[in-house]
Amino acid sequence: MSNKILEVQDLTIDIPTPSGTLHAVQKVSIHVDRGETLCIVGESGCGKSLTSLAIMDLLPKKAMRTATRLELAGESVFEIGERRMSDIRGNRMSMIFQEPMTSLNPAYTIGDQLTEALRRHRKVSRSEARDRAVFLLEKVGITAAASRLGQYPHQLSGGLRQRVMIAMALMCGPDLIIADEPTTALDVTIQAQILHLLAELQREFNMGLILITHDLGVVARIADRVAVMYAGQIVETGSAAQIFSAPAHPYTRGLLACIPIPGKTERGAHLGAIPGIVPSLVGKMSGCHFASRCPEVQQNCTSAPIPQFEALDPGRSVRCLQAENAAMRSAGQEGVA
Amino acid sequence: MIQFALKRLGVAVLVALTVSILSFSMIYLSGDPAIALAGEGASEEDIENVRRVYGFERPIIVQYGDWLLRALQGNLGHSNYLKADVASVVFERLPTTMILGASALIFALVLSIPLGVLAAIRPNSMIDRFALTVAMIGQAMPSFWFALTLILWFGINWRLLPISGTASWQNFVMPSIALGYYVTPAVMRLTRAGMLEVLSSDYIRTARAKGLRPMTVLFKHALRNAIIPVVSLSAVQFGFMLGGSIVIETIFAINGLGFLVWESILRADLPMMQAIVLVLSIIYILLTFLADLLNGFLDPRIRVS
Repeated sequence: MSNKILEVQDLTIDIPTPSGTLHAVQKVSIHVDRGETLCIVGESGCGKSLTSLAIMDLLPKKAMRTATRLELAGESVFEIGERRMSDIRGNRMSMIFQEPMTSLNPAYTIGDQLTEALRRHRKVSRSEARDRAVFLLEKVGITAAASRLGQYPHQLSGGLRQRVMIAMALMCGPDLIIADEPTTALDVTIQAQILHLLAELQREFNMGLILITHDLGVVARIADRVAVMYAGQIVETGSAAQIFSAPAHPYTRGLLACIPIPGKTERGAHLGAIPGIVPSLVGKMSGCHFASRCPEVQQNCTSAPIPQFEALDPGRSVRCLQAENAAMRSAGQEGVA
Repeated sequence: MIQFALKRLGVAVLVALTVSILSFSMIYLSGDPAIALAGEGASEEDIENVRRVYGFERPIIVQYGDWLLRALQGNLGHSNYLKADVASVVFERLPTTMILGASALIFALVLSIPLGVLAAIRPNSMIDRFALTVAMIGQAMPSFWFALTLILWFGINWRLLPISGTASWQNFVMPSIALGYYVTPAVMRLTRAGMLEVLSSDYIRTARAKGLRPMTVLFKHALRNAIIPVVSLSAVQFGFMLGGSIVIETIFAINGLGFLVWESILRADLPMMQAIVLVLSIIYILLTFLADLLNGFLDPRIRVS
């Protein structure tokens, strides 16, 4: 039996709009092992949040989702019906959202919202659920946990609310946690704490973690593997070390050039920027989605659809013709030598 | 919570005082009350007599203070027409009007909240359109006309319900529907709008991400938040219905406050009108206060801030 917690193959999300179908996510394939952190990186609107919602089957009604495979611990969770899906949500996989300020119900106490997650999925008494909530609140670093149970969300700061959200996601001891930009709405010092906390909890409970972010600094700190998304497609995947030391896709290189590195980036020098804007995903598309902004664009980039090219290294793939050519050249040279 | 309640109570008392001033000054609406009371063709001496007996010659602030003190003791004056104590007449009629108002409100809520929720769950569906139609008809139709239509069909053509009086609970069915239907649209549209907004909120997504049953998401997490503005509206509408019952009580010959107001206006029975305005206003203020408390209970954020 493999260690795979989540396996997604060819996940596609289409959203009908008045001006045509929006191909928000196109054939995205990812997988997460137990105890592994996968970071999905990309700019706003690249489809990373939709991907996470699609895994949870929480997409808006009008969004259409297809996939050839969507498995949780080897068991298909694709189109299994709302009833069975709701048994899995919050139980075997949970989600942490971007907006801690609005993600908790203002009308109920923290304790109520924490315990209801457990009591929905497990036959436990009120006091057992309460104990579990106190245990997890302490785990996520909330002091005076027992007295917090009676508080309402508006009485807590954003950082505390996000900790409560994390505790809530852990109530049933899930196999997989999907965190959709969990630190974006928090200030920088709190961001570091929350990330550290997530990484620690993930190790302790040996869960799979998908972290969705646009912050490469975050990725560098906690990712095992990285999937870079651009305009609805994954353009590059690999281990965090591979992505950072040898980015194969021009988009990934562009992203990395945007981050200042202390000691390396010269004072006063311009940071990198990727010119142009993200192409519209409405209607038919052909060729490489990044071609219009790519500094290394060639003629054949815009003609045919660009396949995901797997042979760079084991566990590594890239969606770029130039990278494929380069790899073939180096393979040829090896053959000659 | 107690601090919140006290604050609200303070506001309520201030509003009540303002209303008492307004209703006190009603006696002066038609000019000199002594002339009005003495009647047509009264001599200068008669008018002066009336003025002295009723104390109209005193400074107005003293008159108000005296009137307010007596009102607080339950003495709302004397009706010259009925030759009776105003307070006892008003409080004899009040329960009838309260029953009518309450049953009308219950009818309105029972019809409009489920319709509003259903419309919000499936916006632009058949049920939403149906609810919208019900709302538009309710808004467009004058309540006296609707009441007459009900009487015509249910009372006269089909002989299902009594058309006047207060003999049994059946007498209240048509008046409650006629009175309550008018507030249905506002409550329904507010419920719908509130539910639509809440259902698209982040915490509903959280509730679903926890795997909660759709019914739990809908009623525990969504309706509780969507209903908060409806509570305030209902209190306002209930007060409005107490006033609006003038028309309905007259049509159905119900011996309530509304009917009494109408009679008193015809008889120019000023103390009676004054007392009813005061009593209805106080009830209205009490309702608003209760709605505030209920909202404080429903929404913890109101309680603390």
